[in-house]
Parts: sequence; C-alpha cells; structure tokens
Amino acid sequence: MTDWFLQQLINGLALGAIYALIALGYTMVYGVLRFINFAHSDVMMLGAFAAFYLTPPVAGMLGEQSVWTALVVILLSAAICAVIGMTIEFLAYRPLRKRPRLTVLITAIGVSLFIEFTGQHEKVFGAATKSFPKLLPSRDIVIGALHLSSNDIVVLVLTAVLLAAMWFIVQRTKIGMAMRAVSYNEQAAALMGVNVNGIISFTFGLGSALAAVAGIFYAMRAPGIDPLMGIQPGLRAFIAAVLGGIGNLPGAALGGIVLGLLETFFGGMPGLSNYRDGIAFAILILILLFRPAGLLGKLQTEKV
Amino acid sequence: MSALLELDKVTITFGGLTAVGELDMKIEQHELVGLIGPNGAGKTTAFNLITGVYQPTSGRISFRGKPTVGVKPHELSLAGISRTFQNIRLFAQMTVFDNVRTAMQGNRAQGISDALLRGRTFRAGEARVDHEVMELLKIFSLDHFRETMSKSLPYGDQRRLEIVRALATQPKLLLLDEPAAGMNPTEKQELMELIRFVKDKFQISVLLVEHDMKVVMGICERINVLDYGKKIAEGTPDEIRANPKVIAAYLGKDFDDA
Amino acid sequence: MRGREKLFLLLGIIAAIGLSFASGAFNRYYLGIVIDVGINIILAVSLNLINGHTGQFSLGHAGFMAVGGYVAAKLTLVCGASAWIFLPALLLGGGVAALAGLAVGVPSLRLRGDYLAIVTLGFGEIIRVIFQTSEFFGAATGLTGITRLTTFGWAWGLAAVTVYVVACLVNSTYGRGFIAVHDDEIAASAMGINPVRYKVTAFVIGAFFAGIAGGLYAHHKGVLTPSGFDFIKSIEIVVMVILGGMGRTVGVILAAVILTILPELLRGVAEYRMIIYSLLIIGLMLTRPQGLFTFGKK
Repeated sequence: MTDWFLQQLINGLALGAIYALIALGYTMVYGVLRFINFAHSDVMMLGAFAAFYLTPPVAGMLGEQSVWTALVVILLSAAICAVIGMTIEFLAYRPLRKRPRLTVLITAIGVSLFIEFTGQHEKVFGAATKSFPKLLPSRDIVIGALHLSSNDIVVLVLTAVLLAAMWFIVQRTKIGMAMRAVSYNEQAAALMGVNVNGIISFTFGLGSALAAVAGIFYAMRAPGIDPLMGIQPGLRAFIAAVLGGIGNLPGAALGGIVLGLLETFFGGMPGLSNYRDGIAFAILILILLFRPAGLLGKLQTEKV
Repeated sequence: MSALLELDKVTITFGGLTAVGELDMKIEQHELVGLIGPNGAGKTTAFNLITGVYQPTSGRISFRGKPTVGVKPHELSLAGISRTFQNIRLFAQMTVFDNVRTAMQGNRAQGISDALLRGRTFRAGEARVDHEVMELLKIFSLDHFRETMSKSLPYGDQRRLEIVRALATQPKLLLLDEPAAGMNPTEKQELMELIRFVKDKFQISVLLVEHDMKVVMGICERINVLDYGKKIAEGTPDEIRANPKVIAAYLGKDFDDA
Repeated sequence: MRGREKLFLLLGIIAAIGLSFASGAFNRYYLGIVIDVGINIILAVSLNLINGHTGQFSLGHAGFMAVGGYVAAKLTLVCGASAWIFLPALLLGGGVAALAGLAVGVPSLRLRGDYLAIVTLGFGEIIRVIFQTSEFFGAATGLTGITRLTTFGWAWGLAAVTVYVVACLVNSTYGRGFIAVHDDEIAASAMGINPVRYKVTAFVIGAFFAGIAGGLYAHHKGVLTPSGFDFIKSIEIVVMVILGGMGRTVGVILAAVILTILPELLRGVAEYRMIIYSLLIIGLMLTRPQGLFTFGKK
C-alpha cells in the first residue's frame, strides 16, 4: 500500500510538474491580457515536434542520449516556440487588444485549430503518431518495490529549477516588475514609461518557451507525439491555472501539482480509471462553484 | 405610521474598512431627502445597501415596515425601490423605447407562455405596455427618440432616460445617484425642476445623492451629511448650511456660493 | 405585426412537410445536406438564445446535443422505430438535455465571460466522457443501427418551431429581460429583472432545442459516437452564432446555412478544409467581430 502510494506520488508529481509548466504560460498571459490563450497547448505540441526534428542532427554532433544533446535540443526548441508565441501574439492578438475579450477568445480558438489542422496535414507533421526519440539515457531506479524512472526525476528537478527561475524573473528583475505593472494596470504602466507591447511580447515568449519544455517532458513520458497531443494536457494545465487562481504564478504551479496528483491517484483507483478524463473537469467545476478565485487568487468584484 | 424607509444603525465593512458606520436615516412618504458628503464619504455605498446590492454587516433596514436585509435587488425593485446610477447604466443594445419597456417587467403578469402563445391577453398586455411607455416618454419629451439606440442619446438625455426607466418600475422611493454630474448650469436648473416635478407628479419619495450643493440645497427638504461613513449632521438646508461640523468637513468650500 | 409570428410558424411547418413529400425526387446526397442545414439551424438559433441574446458565453452546446441524441436514439432502439415513437423520443431527448441545461445554468449564476465559457466546455467534456464510459450507451463505439427517421419535414419543421420560440420569446416585454441581463446585469436587477431566472431559462430552453437537434441528428446519420460531440462541434456552433452576429436571428440562420454548405463545397480540397475553416474564424474576428450579417432586428 505504501509502495503503491509512493509510486503514484512520484508519477503524480512528474505529471503535475508538466501541468505546472504549461499552466504558467496560461496564467502569465491571462495576467497581462486577461484572456485564455487557447493556442498555448498547441505551442506546447510544437515544442515537442521541434525537439523531434532537432534531436537527430544535434545528436549527430553531440552524441546520442547525452546530457548536452538534451540541453541543446531543449534550449533550441524553447527558443523556436518563444518566437512562434510572439508571432501569434503580434499577428492575431495585438490587433484585437481593444476589442471585447470574447472576440480574442474566439480568435485564440481559431489559432489553435489552425495549428492543429495544419500540423495534421500530410505535408507538415501528418496526423499519425510518431515515436519520440530518447533524449536522455533512461534508467529505472528500483528501491524496494518502487520503480522510479530517471526521466521522472529529471523532469521534477528541471521543473523545480524553472519554477524558481520564473519566480526570480517576475519578482526580482526589472522586466518582471514591468510585467506585474502591466498586469495590474496596463494604462498606468504605459504612462509610467513601460513598453507595454514589448512586455506583452516578452510574456508570450517566456510562456511559450516554458510550454516547449513542457511539451518535450510530456513527450518523454508519452507513448508518442501527434499534432493533437497538446489538447488534453493543455486543458488540464488551464484547469490547473484556474485551480491556483488565474493570473497567480505560484497558484499555477500549485494547481498543476495538485491536479497531477489528484488525477494520478483517482485514475489509479480501480473502477475510476475510465473517468480519468472527466476528473479534471469535475474539479474545475467544483472550484468555480465554491471558490471561483482559485486557491491563491483574489476575487474581483464589479464596482457599482 | 412607520416611515417609508428606515435605516437603523446600518454598518458595512470591507476588509476592516468601515464604509458606512451606524447610519440612521429615515425617509417619509412623499419627501425629498438629500444625502451629501465629501468624496468617499460612503454615499453610493449607502445607496447600494438600500437597494440590496450590498448586505449590511450589521444594523437593520426596513422599507414600508418590512425588513429588507437579505432581499435581492430585483425583489426590492418590485417592492418599490428604484434607482439611477452614478455612471449611467442604460441598456446600451436597446432603443430608448425598449429601455423603458424592460423596466415594466414587474407590472405585468405575462411570462414565457404568453410570449410564446401570443394570444389576446398577450397582445392586449403588450399594447398596454406600449401605451404606458409612450406616455412616460412624452412626459419627459423623449418620445421622438423612441427608436434611437440609448447609447447614441445626448448625455443629458441619457441621464433623463435613466430617471424615466426608473419610474417605469412604478417606485415608491426613487434613489438618484449624482444625477447632475457632468451637467452645465442650465441643465442643472432643468434637472432641479424635473426632480421636483417627478416627486409631485408620481407622488413618490426621492433620495438624492449629489455633489452639487446648489442642486441639493435648492430642492431638498431635509439633508443628511455623511463623512467617513458616519452621519455628522441632519436637518433642513438652512440648518446644514450653518452646521460647523459640515463646514469643517467641506473646509468651507462650495458653501460660499451655495 | 399582429399574428404574423404564428403565420410564419404555420407556413414554415406546412412548407417543410409539403416539401418532405416531394423530397423523394431529390438527390440523396443533397437531401442529406439540406437536412444537416435544418439541424444546424436549430443548434445555432438555440445557442443564440444563450450566447447572443442573454450574453452567457457557452462552449458546451455539443454536450446538450449529445444528451438529446443518445436518449432519443436509445429509446427508438429499445422500443422499436416508428414515426409514432419519434416525436416522443425527440421530446424526451430534449427534456433530458434541458435538465442538463439546468445543471449548467446554475453555475452560470456566479460566473461570467471566459470563466463561464470554460465551465460549459468542462460540462460538455464531462457529458462526453460519461457516454464514452457508459456500456449502456455503447461506450466508445457509440450507438449503431439507429433507424433513419429524420426527414426533411422533421428537420425543417422543428427548425421553424425553434426560430418561432426563440424569436417570440425575445421579442416581447418579458423577453427584453434576456437582453437586459446581457447588457447590464446590475441595472437589470435594479429594474426588477431577476438575472438568475433569465439565465437559467435561457440555458434550459437552449439546451432543450439542442437536445431535439441531437435526436434529429442521431436519426439522420444512423450512428452516434461520443467523439462526434467533442469540443470542436461546440466551437462550430459558436462560430455560426458569431458569424451571424450575436443576437440576430436572421443572421444566425444564414450563417448556419452557409457554414453547413461550405465544407461540402470544399470537399474537393478536403485536406485543406479545416485549415481554411480556422483561418476564416481568425480573419472574421480580425475584420468583422460583430458578425457578417448584422442586419435585421435584434
């Protein structure tokens, strides 16, 4: 029983860490622009595909399954996705900055569909599932009855590092301060000399880079990758962001971990595994009904 | 006989800040009462308490002898409390006519089934609403704007339309939240006449929150003064003018020319 | 004005049934598309009541459709298919979907905008997962062998009923309350309108007709799979409402017609179809977010 519990705990944490990384992107964009970037999950998918195509050439130079290969692939994929994220913002969302939020939401759905269906086209990635190359030498660590994948450990450690880095950027750097200012009041920030467009671009870049890393981690644990692979983890991550209190960075991380754990534990229970897909949504509905501001968020009420 | 509206030691706090504290206030039938105070004194909060938008932390409010704590805004509206808003809140997607028509909900016994079956009672009811709306619009000479979208009305007319819409609910008590805001002296003069006219024509009580001293002093029979959420004075315009506490709260400004 | 609405309804139903008798003369492929159009009109107009008129952004319409479809299909599968059982089956499907609408409408009391959109999306997904896991409803394979009872007359006759109900509801003093809730909830409640009541009513009526559409769909296609009611289906209906201009009945009907026919026209370039579709959504939002057909009364 304890072993089962520990096993699920590690699995849940690794899954939750990935959700947390994606959730950060949702929450940051929501913080500055107040809308749900539906295309975020597709950027995550693009991150996985970038790594898929980059791994063979990089491995050719730096060696198969080496730490350096993994690092270079991850960094390059993150950079590519950062550029993609910034481009999406510039082309599709920036012209709509002053429009109602639902208009932007629909546009985001459109962008998401565009990436998914373009990806499925045979001349792009194709709809079939592809097996993801082994980036790192994976080894099972056996402690008693416990089987831990070394990949899971790497995912957990790297996520912790990234979360800490994010916290540092947002709380301790000048650009982070500007991000918080834009999130608090865009117009006032602009009047104080903050380059609002630049900050929004940066936010998209940062969020998309994290999504790319999350995509690669997700692909490392999944049986394969395909152009629709982002949808499910994306929805979960969004729910994680809402669970933590959307717009709140520590909340997104916490929400991701909590969701990952709940899903793994519930999904691991006999008789409930079929409902795994529904669990996340049920949680979402419960939160929004009983604590709409999320675990760490503050509720904004309309002024009369 | 009890007062139309009675506030008894009404207090509301927002996270430690007391926006309105132990407020006592009475409005009698057919009375025009003013509620004044410096910015942030809690006037609009008092309005929101009376109309059920906020619930008091402690204290009692009663309307026509019945307690209103816990009663929803729409129920209070149906019971006879109507209001306008400081920042005009008309139904922007609707015409002038529809804005007023919408406020006639409570005075009709029609519901979904009537709207669907479109029988004789429905048509008669709709014709009656149509007639009543036009009567109201005519009184305020807004009838030629009937099919104009409310958001494209001139500012002063929007303020008037808000009053018309509030009257369409057939209130016993009308709350006006800074109706003179943004108006020029001529418009303010007209507004004062309008408020007096409304009170007499519809036989209702009016509670007026206003910044402009001339307007308040000019028409109100009794004035309550709030400062930092507390009532610091109550009396006739002349008494308020002479009250040292009020003068201190306002630092004498606005009173020289009032 | 007097009586015109009822005349429209009567003529609509007569025309639908009349044409239905003649439908044997048409090419089956085209007839199938025309029935699809009728079903999509029901979906779009009923969603328009929730999204367009009442302003409650719902992304779960496919879920209501699924409920109606599964319930109606199960009934005709169990009780045997005949024209006599069809209407009760459709009504039962609509009724159960309306109950689901009630369940979704209640959270809508507390949530607004994109939060509500996500909750309704969640409800839609939960409904799908329930069907996907329920052996009674055929699990992942769904239901097959449903008798094709849906004719032109059923689809278009019920489309006429939907349009009549939504239009009559909204175009009345009572119905202005829906739009008032959309425009300004606080002002609406200050005018004696109970926003809760209107929102829930919109969800229940909207879901009811979505359920009817689901029943028609099930008996038109002959098969039901849970994956046919995913989030993309909900988006398709939302796009019809937006393209038509939120809250404009005529525009929404036109949009439903165009967006049903368009994919068929794009069949030649099938592999690019969805790419074009997504670009259309983006382009529309960037250039005409108020919708394409913004004429006619709200």
